[in-house]
Amino acid sequence: MAAPRIIVIGGGLAGLAAVIKIAEAGGTVDLFSIVPVKRSHSVCAQGGINAAKNLKGEGDTTDKHFDDTIYGGDFLANQTPVKAMCEAAPGIIDLLDRMGVPFNRTPEGLLDFRRFGGTLYNRTAFAGATTGQQLLYALDEQVRRHESECKVRKFEGWEFLSAVIDSKGVARGITALDLRTMELRSFQADAIILATGGNGAIFGKSTNSVVCTGSADSAIFQQGAYYANGEFIQVHPTCIPGEDKLRLMSESARGEGGRVWVPRNKGEKRPIKQIPAADRWYFLEEWYPKYGNLVPRDVATRAIHKVVYEHGLGIDGQPMVYLDLTHIDRATLNRKLEGILEIYEKFVGDDPRDVPMKIFPGMHYTMGGLWVDFNQMTNIPGIFAAGECEYQYHGANRLGANSLLSCIFGGFITGPNALKYAKDLPAAEGDGGHGAEIARQAEINAKLLKNEGTENPFKLWRELGNTMTEHATVIRYNKGLKQADEKIVELLERYKKVNLSDRSQWANTSFAFARQLKNMLELSRCIAQGALLRDESRGAHYKPDFPDRNDERFLKTTKASFTGAVEGPKFEYEEVDTQFIKPRPRRYDATK
Amino acid sequence: MAEKTVAFEIKRQANPDSPAVWESFEIPWRPGMNVISAMMEIAANPVTADGHDTTPITYDSNCLEEICGSCAMRINGKARMACSALVDNLEKPIKLEPLSKFPLVRDLQVDRSVLFANLSAVKAWVPIDGTYDLGSGPRVFPQQQEASYPLSNCISCCCCMEVCPQFNDDTGFVGAATIAQVKLFNDHPTGKVFKEERLRALAGDGGIQECGFAQNCVEVCPKGIPLTNAISDVSRDVLIQKAKDFLRG
Repeated sequence: MAAPRIIVIGGGLAGLAAVIKIAEAGGTVDLFSIVPVKRSHSVCAQGGINAAKNLKGEGDTTDKHFDDTIYGGDFLANQTPVKAMCEAAPGIIDLLDRMGVPFNRTPEGLLDFRRFGGTLYNRTAFAGATTGQQLLYALDEQVRRHESECKVRKFEGWEFLSAVIDSKGVARGITALDLRTMELRSFQADAIILATGGNGAIFGKSTNSVVCTGSADSAIFQQGAYYANGEFIQVHPTCIPGEDKLRLMSESARGEGGRVWVPRNKGEKRPIKQIPAADRWYFLEEWYPKYGNLVPRDVATRAIHKVVYEHGLGIDGQPMVYLDLTHIDRATLNRKLEGILEIYEKFVGDDPRDVPMKIFPGMHYTMGGLWVDFNQMTNIPGIFAAGECEYQYHGANRLGANSLLSCIFGGFITGPNALKYAKDLPAAEGDGGHGAEIARQAEINAKLLKNEGTENPFKLWRELGNTMTEHATVIRYNKGLKQADEKIVELLERYKKVNLSDRSQWANTSFAFARQLKNMLELSRCIAQGALLRDESRGAHYKPDFPDRNDERFLKTTKASFTGAVEGPKFEYEEVDTQFIKPRPRRYDATK
Repeated sequence: MAEKTVAFEIKRQANPDSPAVWESFEIPWRPGMNVISAMMEIAANPVTADGHDTTPITYDSNCLEEICGSCAMRINGKARMACSALVDNLEKPIKLEPLSKFPLVRDLQVDRSVLFANLSAVKAWVPIDGTYDLGSGPRVFPQQQEASYPLSNCISCCCCMEVCPQFNDDTGFVGAATIAQVKLFNDHPTGKVFKEERLRALAGDGGIQECGFAQNCVEVCPKGIPLTNAISDVSRDVLIQKAKDFLRG
């Protein structure tokens, strides 16, 4: 029998990690990515990657990392895979180190570690403040090596459109669009791995990259895959608001001693440096004395929201608070945080070594995603998922520096699992569904291209982003969530009248975007309705009308399935695996 | 009072074979806006300054934080990243053109895959035995890390190649970015196992001797990578390698 063929979609950390494992095991991989893989969104991760290496003599253990992760996620994550991830983490750091990642070092030449949110240990390895970039490059280089040995074929500049599924419901390949020639093709595979990242674009402006639309997830969801915990969206407490996006200001700024504050007096007129300590309100340190500025992101975000909207203490009456590094010496800042300080300097114009940064929360991370089993396979046989596009590792809130870890760990176990599955797969009957799927996609494309109407897809997208940001981020009310869902239904209806201002068949970005937009709209209903149905507060999901966690009703994974009906997805709930750590109240204002 | 606007002139080309034309746009001004947000505005309202319907601009972009390297283009004649080009700091009208030394795809989008091919040719990777657990990596002192890290920050934007007078079809020069990566991997305790191969790859036509030391690369690099230092160091190593190879016969 011929060697199994695996398709990996997405060339961020999870996708590349899967590719490397498959190539190393003797398999061959076709790697699809919208952008050259070296430009994937993983490069945006800044602060670091967690592993309980215990190199600071603190008595840190992988069990403590496991407990912090489960507790930080408000007990919603299945514990078996999280435990495995935390146990694998120290080995992953060693491997990345061997690959040449320029991690920061101690004077003795060992790996340096810093503190991050939601833990009391120095557990985060880092390469300046561009850790994601450095990790992605290391994996990219290894993949380039495998590519030069003909074990990997890259299809960069291709966008995944759908899975090819045979008459028995088994995945047999994909359809994809060449974003330059606009050619539609199907590709045969015995297993496919989605590693397509988060869905920030659904919220209009976020910290995510342009390609993070959730479109691939949504396509698979509409083909029958469960989408899990969609309502759990992480809003990062410290972002730089911008016209085109919200730029991340890494948690490592606080890990290295950054302090969040606002002037105590409304309408404070004095220059910042003349405001004495007594007139500065370090509200995180006051409310959470043990964790201080390093409470988990959901907690910090709600605190900033409260200070701005309930106390009315945003800087100059604007929705902004200070993130202050000016008490730290410049050499230390440059050595450990230069990358993010440069971002602030370039995009705002102030030097954060001299002037406190002005920041505000912004949509950052998709905790939910495609439902997968412990082998990372979705409910569609042959379709696997790894990285941010699946739901498995972070529960109701992700801890900082756990995402790079979950991407690499997820990719590392998905690759071999997919290969094993593919080796045992019986041959497809007939063409495995390729002809029918190509025909279906060709029809969608033709219809979109000649559609007559008045709606501009980019404008519809703005409306989606505004409504989702207003109703489905930090504070959620059922009334608002219902409005959001109604708005999405309206946008889906108006989408039928979408009119492309570009009908050419060469590098047509409007066309590609309009296809993504349809998928964004369908997926956003999982978020809005999932949030509507979950009448409790847990991790990043916060409803003032239901302020407490309700384990009896909602210690459950939300699973949405596509119906195609105007009512939206169908929802069901699954028990969470809590066999190792008994759920307990999650409080950061007291000892846990 | 009329809404404040920003004038743009954008070089359009529908495909590699069609003629280039300039289009003008008047974009509503917003505080802190960058070139990318102007192009997003054009996508939502694809109308030229003189009121003609047009198509959204095709350009590469992704992270919008100057870390993915996608959105390099010529802005007022200078090669730079569009995301970090703040409109208020630019002379008006703002002129946007594609990079000129790479095959044009459409509008402001070009094909920069030559860099990735070059990285492959110089084996820009650390040849590890495998991804199974082999314990910790080599000990690296902070001084070495601080020397390597800037080189490892290269975002493959290709601005250094765009501005290099020697980077053209006649010379086939690999360009500064690739040479800096050779230094990065030759300095790595494990990566240096390929040092001789990398130096030989840079010894022939299109190799390091094509550099005319114009120093444009180091001036334009958005990440401030010490490119000319890297070229000097690698250049010396290539000469030594050539001498060794000559003596060995």
